[in-house]
Amino acid sequence: MTTSTPGPSTATKTDLCLSLEDVTISYGSFEAVRNVYLEIPRGQVTAFIGPSGCGKSTVLRSLNRMNDLIEGCHLRGRVVFNGEDLYHPKVDPVEVRRRIGMVFQKPNPFPKSIYENIAFGARINGYRGNMDELVERSLRKAALWDEAKDKLRDSGYALSGGQQQRLCIARAIAIEPEVILMDEPCSALDPISTLKIEEMMHELKKSYTIVIVTHNMQQAVRVSDRTAFFNAEAQDGGSGKVGYLVEYDETERIFNKPTQRATMDYVSGRFG
Amino acid sequence: MKPISEAIDPNPKAGSLFQKSGLRFRPSLPRNLWNAVMTTLVAIAAGVAVLPLVLVLAFVLIKGGQLISLKLFTELPPAPGMGGGGIGNAVIGTVLVTGIAALLAVPVGIGGGIYLAEFAQGGRVARALKVFVRFGTNVLSGVPSIICGVFIYALIVKTRLLFGQSYSGIAGGMALAVLMLPTIIKTTDEGLKLVPDELRWGAIGVGASKFTTVMKITLPAAFTPIATGVVLGIARAAGETAPLIFTALFSNYWPWPETILSGDTGLLERLSQLKDPLLNPVASMSVLIFNFASTPYPELQSLAWAASFILVIMILGANLLARWLGRFAAR
Amino acid sequence: MTASVNQQPFRNRRRPLSERMLDQGFRLLVTALACSVGIILLWILRIIVKESLPAIGVFGLSFLTKSAWDPVSNDYGAFTAIYGTLVSSLLALAIAVPLGVGTAIFITENLIPRRISSLLGLMVELLAAIPSVVLGLWAIFVMEPAIRPILTWLHTTLGWLPLFDTEPQGPGMAPAILILVVMILPIITAISRDALQQVPGELRQAAYGIGTTRWGAICHVILPAAISGIMGGVMLSLGRAMGETMAVTMIIGNSNNFSLSLLAPGNTIASMIANQFGEADGSQVSSLMYASLVLMLLTLIVNILAQWIVRKLSLRYQ
Ligand SMILES: Nc1ncnc2c1ncn2[C@@H]1O[C@H](COP(=O)(O)OP(=O)(O)OP(=O)(O)O)[C@@H](O)[C@H]1O
Ligand SMILES: [Mg+2]
Repeated sequence: MTTSTPGPSTATKTDLCLSLEDVTISYGSFEAVRNVYLEIPRGQVTAFIGPSGCGKSTVLRSLNRMNDLIEGCHLRGRVVFNGEDLYHPKVDPVEVRRRIGMVFQKPNPFPKSIYENIAFGARINGYRGNMDELVERSLRKAALWDEAKDKLRDSGYALSGGQQQRLCIARAIAIEPEVILMDEPCSALDPISTLKIEEMMHELKKSYTIVIVTHNMQQAVRVSDRTAFFNAEAQDGGSGKVGYLVEYDETERIFNKPTQRATMDYVSGRFG
Repeated sequence: MKPISEAIDPNPKAGSLFQKSGLRFRPSLPRNLWNAVMTTLVAIAAGVAVLPLVLVLAFVLIKGGQLISLKLFTELPPAPGMGGGGIGNAVIGTVLVTGIAALLAVPVGIGGGIYLAEFAQGGRVARALKVFVRFGTNVLSGVPSIICGVFIYALIVKTRLLFGQSYSGIAGGMALAVLMLPTIIKTTDEGLKLVPDELRWGAIGVGASKFTTVMKITLPAAFTPIATGVVLGIARAAGETAPLIFTALFSNYWPWPETILSGDTGLLERLSQLKDPLLNPVASMSVLIFNFASTPYPELQSLAWAASFILVIMILGANLLARWLGRFAAR
Repeated sequence: MTASVNQQPFRNRRRPLSERMLDQGFRLLVTALACSVGIILLWILRIIVKESLPAIGVFGLSFLTKSAWDPVSNDYGAFTAIYGTLVSSLLALAIAVPLGVGTAIFITENLIPRRISSLLGLMVELLAAIPSVVLGLWAIFVMEPAIRPILTWLHTTLGWLPLFDTEPQGPGMAPAILILVVMILPIITAISRDALQQVPGELRQAAYGIGTTRWGAICHVILPAAISGIMGGVMLSLGRAMGETMAVTMIIGNSNNFSLSLLAPGNTIASMIANQFGEADGSQVSSLMYASLVLMLLTLIVNILAQWIVRKLSLRYQ
């Protein structure tokens, strides 16, 4: 299934995973992001960058309907996944989240053992295989096996922050989603843990589509194939800033030859 | 718009150990059935939980509201078997006894709360004392209200400690005060803890004494939560019955002789009568409800409903006021 | 700590004596006021123990197992009342816990629009504010007549069970249990709601993020995380139910004859005290004090257990 060809134009056309069509997301009456068109190819890493508050997390959460949990959050437009509109009234959000997993900014293991943290998700997803095997495989993929194999029965909170985050990643991949969304997964981590997670993403890319939000330009360059730059602008008459997608292209292009002035300023650090 | 595919995964994962179906919501899945059943169950639970409030309020408002008139406040209960009459003495008595209780419990409780929040740091003794006070507060708040009544009865009523008097308004007030005390300590403590430390350091930093800091800075800053808690505590005490039945007892008469307003006795004597209810049995609405509910006389029973009406309106009013106070100040 | 911080910089610039005295006096005053709680508590215990000593001397522990209550021959035993206290409060708890926790879930877990849920929450809290004597009045004149047919039906169909083998005729254990349910439901609901609201949002997101359904998240993640608070609330309301006096006294029938039947009149310690204390004298007062002591110890144990459970079951989030 990960047979995508590297060429960007062909990838977006032939092997599309997720696409946003004129998506506008609002919290109550406040529009957080407006008119986003975005096509996320399968089997690649897509990075969202942009200044704080421009709606990156909002867009990311809309991709697996996590926004449903926020009272008053409303989406207009279409988010299409494998040809199906995720916001069709007949779609089951639970099913969506089983296919499109998420890793959050703050590590949030369950107050259960390390083993249970992974087994829990698999069990509720109707996993029928060997659980020990699955736990080991997931922990290995998340580069946590060596550190955690001797304390699988300990609480997930007994791990360090970076280990907890990798546990959360292991938990997400244990249920074999097709897409993994990551919202600033390394923002609370030290450089070594960050590096481990980035290496792991290169591995994961082979079997998953990854969308990552990051404030770290180098990280975006290191891990992503394509980059979307979001920005926010004060709207005339509006109360707050409204986010929008400025530019979306191959990472290399975004960082070397962006077409938009704002992108250029942002990636070169002259933003403000 | 493309139709939603029927349970066919367009990208089946070969060899996956998970069963993956389409994205369409299927109500017949066990997990969705379970969801629907559980949601229905808790909805029913919520309905059942709210039902008594609606029913109690409805009956109190209808049965009690019919009787509301000025006479209710200006007349005494009738003799059994006679119609008419009012519950004026009980209304005054409830205000009086609750007032005495508040007068006793509020200063003590706020002082105790100040101690817990502002002073109980430092040495081992202070910490031990704090544990003692916290534990005492928690346990005292769990002591059944009837025990408060029994305690004051044995302490004051039976021993005739107060000027040789047995049942009295003061005894009733003290019993209610014991009941209120833990609530007030807790709300003061918690209210003061909400005050940011920066405010305290600021005051101390400009050389204010501890006394000034607490009185001028922290207490005023915590006024709203404390006031809210005190109002709620008083409201709860106003409806209590058990601590009063062997302390304040009941009285079929006005707390003061009617001559106190326009009697031909001397002014000094009339002034000295003011203390009468403090040292004599006093009526209260809650005890009136208890006494009259168990009589076979319909007139007295309807007075019990009328008293319930007044009591409930007073207490719910105080609750809504406290809530509004809190919301208002939070803005 | 704070005190020394505030004194040190002023060592060399001595504060006026009056101010220091005021500070010292204030500290002493609030310390004394704080201690008064503990002192009152100990005093309550002391007085009740002292007053019950005569009865303890005469009846000893057999007071707890005898169900005689005979002021004529001065023979007293509190078994009926103790049994009534335990049975009524435990059965009330068994009914109220699922209802209360369910209501709390209904209110907190975004099952309904926020406006409606906060209205529901407010109504439950207002129910907690209604005086128990008013609930007692309502129980006598509204609830008991309304449920009598149901109780009669229970008696006719399940009368072969000892629990239902007497004919319901007005006040009794069953209506008392129901009114106790009404009284403790708001407590359980309010405390469970607080406990559920304190479950960190990240934990909810984690659960939903791996594709649990709403009830999967509630049963496997949210409730376990809130269980310490909920259990604390349950124990607290058990203490309340055991000590609840007025509403129960008005509807339980106040009979000292022991009966297994829930449809028969019964007694609790609190209702027995409320009912008899006024007219009692001599060894009856002492026996009632002994019963008070038992009640006090029971609630004390339950309350301490409540605090212990909260500490024991608290999960650590980091
Ligand atoms: N739960 C919410 N309720 C209301 N408004 C929200 C909520 N979450 C986000 N917003 C608003 O939506 C806008 C976009 O927020 P979002 O969290 O998506 O930004 P972001 O790009 O992820 O920022 P950051 O880089 O700081 O994480 C902001 O103006 C924010 O105030
Ligand atoms: Mg964000």
